[in-house]
Amino acid sequence: MKKPVTTSMNGSRRNFISKAAAVGTLTVAPGVFLHKAAAAELEVEIVEIDIVEPDLNTSRSTRPLDQDVSNKNRWGMLIDTNKCATGCTDCVDACNQENGLEGKTGPQDTQYIRKVTLKSKSTGHETSLPLMCQHCETAPCADVCPTGASFVRADGIALVDKHICIGCRYCMMACPYKARSFVHEDIKNQKLSAPRGKGTVEACTMCVTRVDNGGLPACVEACTAENHNAMIFGDLKDPDSPISVELRKRGGKQLRSDLALNTGVRYQGLNE
Amino acid sequence: MTRFLRLIYVLFGLMLLSTPAMAETPFPTVHEPSDESLKCIQPEDEMRRNHMKYILHERDETMHEGIRGEAEGLSSCIDCHVEPNEKGEIAGIESKEHFCNACHQYAAVQIDCFQCHADRPQKYIKRNTHSSSLKQQLQQTLAASEVSDKEANQ
Repeated sequence: MKKPVTTSMNGSRRNFISKAAAVGTLTVAPGVFLHKAAAAELEVEIVEIDIVEPDLNTSRSTRPLDQDVSNKNRWGMLIDTNKCATGCTDCVDACNQENGLEGKTGPQDTQYIRKVTLKSKSTGHETSLPLMCQHCETAPCADVCPTGASFVRADGIALVDKHICIGCRYCMMACPYKARSFVHEDIKNQKLSAPRGKGTVEACTMCVTRVDNGGLPACVEACTAENHNAMIFGDLKDPDSPISVELRKRGGKQLRSDLALNTGVRYQGLNE
Repeated sequence: MTRFLRLIYVLFGLMLLSTPAMAETPFPTVHEPSDESLKCIQPEDEMRRNHMKYILHERDETMHEGIRGEAEGLSSCIDCHVEPNEKGEIAGIESKEHFCNACHQYAAVQIDCFQCHADRPQKYIKRNTHSSSLKQQLQQTLAASEVSDKEANQ
């Protein structure tokens, strides 16, 4: 990002300084020299400073695609709610586009991410945040699933295997974040990387195909591309990854941490 | 006895009627890609019988272990074998012209893959996208600047 920083002096300030310099010539003995130097400094300077915001999304999958996922990585997200604007839905739009969702928000419509506004009872302070599958380590959805369709991958991404999902919706009831949706009707024109169909439960996959290929989840990519920089994606198990460094420096809360689910999605800026 | 003989005649007549009909039922052909340089990973007979085994790895290994190394998969089949016809129409899975459905209808085997998976290559799928007005504005300005760039180059 380039921000041109212009330092120019307007007329009155220039006059004042030259007068001050003139005063300088009167009082200081080698004043002529001083006066010249001061005049030279009055030239308008235009300096372009590159303000490079550090790329905090450098922690990506480097696993060769012919090897299976391991628990050496744990993929997670850190969301700074102070940077998340009320009414902004860039992450939701990117998610809908990536997964071929229609973007409806009715009670029976699929939503992988919902924008939620929290209001503090004591201060009235409102916080806007994106709420999606929290990718718990000990996921209640996987616990209750009778067929093993809900599972947490070795690298911490919670998924639904729709090949064996029978659509019982136990996982939807078990999820404390209301993160899962059920497909009620026939679907056509699915995305290649996001197969979805009637009679199965679905949720945020942390864009698993993108992540496996060394990319970012669509929501994080959109948030960064739109320069909000409210979301960081990375490996929670790598102590040097930007997300771990940021968590160590400034901390991050888990939603409903009382449930001890060890979520992969953390939030900053949640106040009482 | 005459009743029995009558039944035999009727059955024989039915057989005579049905034989030409059976002969006319065409054996389904799989749509070959118009790009003749493309070759299937296995001969036709092998694919006819065992195509499921070649794409099974995705169902288990890719889904649960994230292994995505192999090039062959359901989407690669679709990419080659599903193309628009001369009229520019592209057959969906419910159509007999779709290469999967052609055989599966003939063999009377139900196919469930496409309840979830895309039945045509991504480039042929048109979809209404929901994007924020901000993004639409950005795209419009980008498109406008591209047009003006082109004009400037000319």
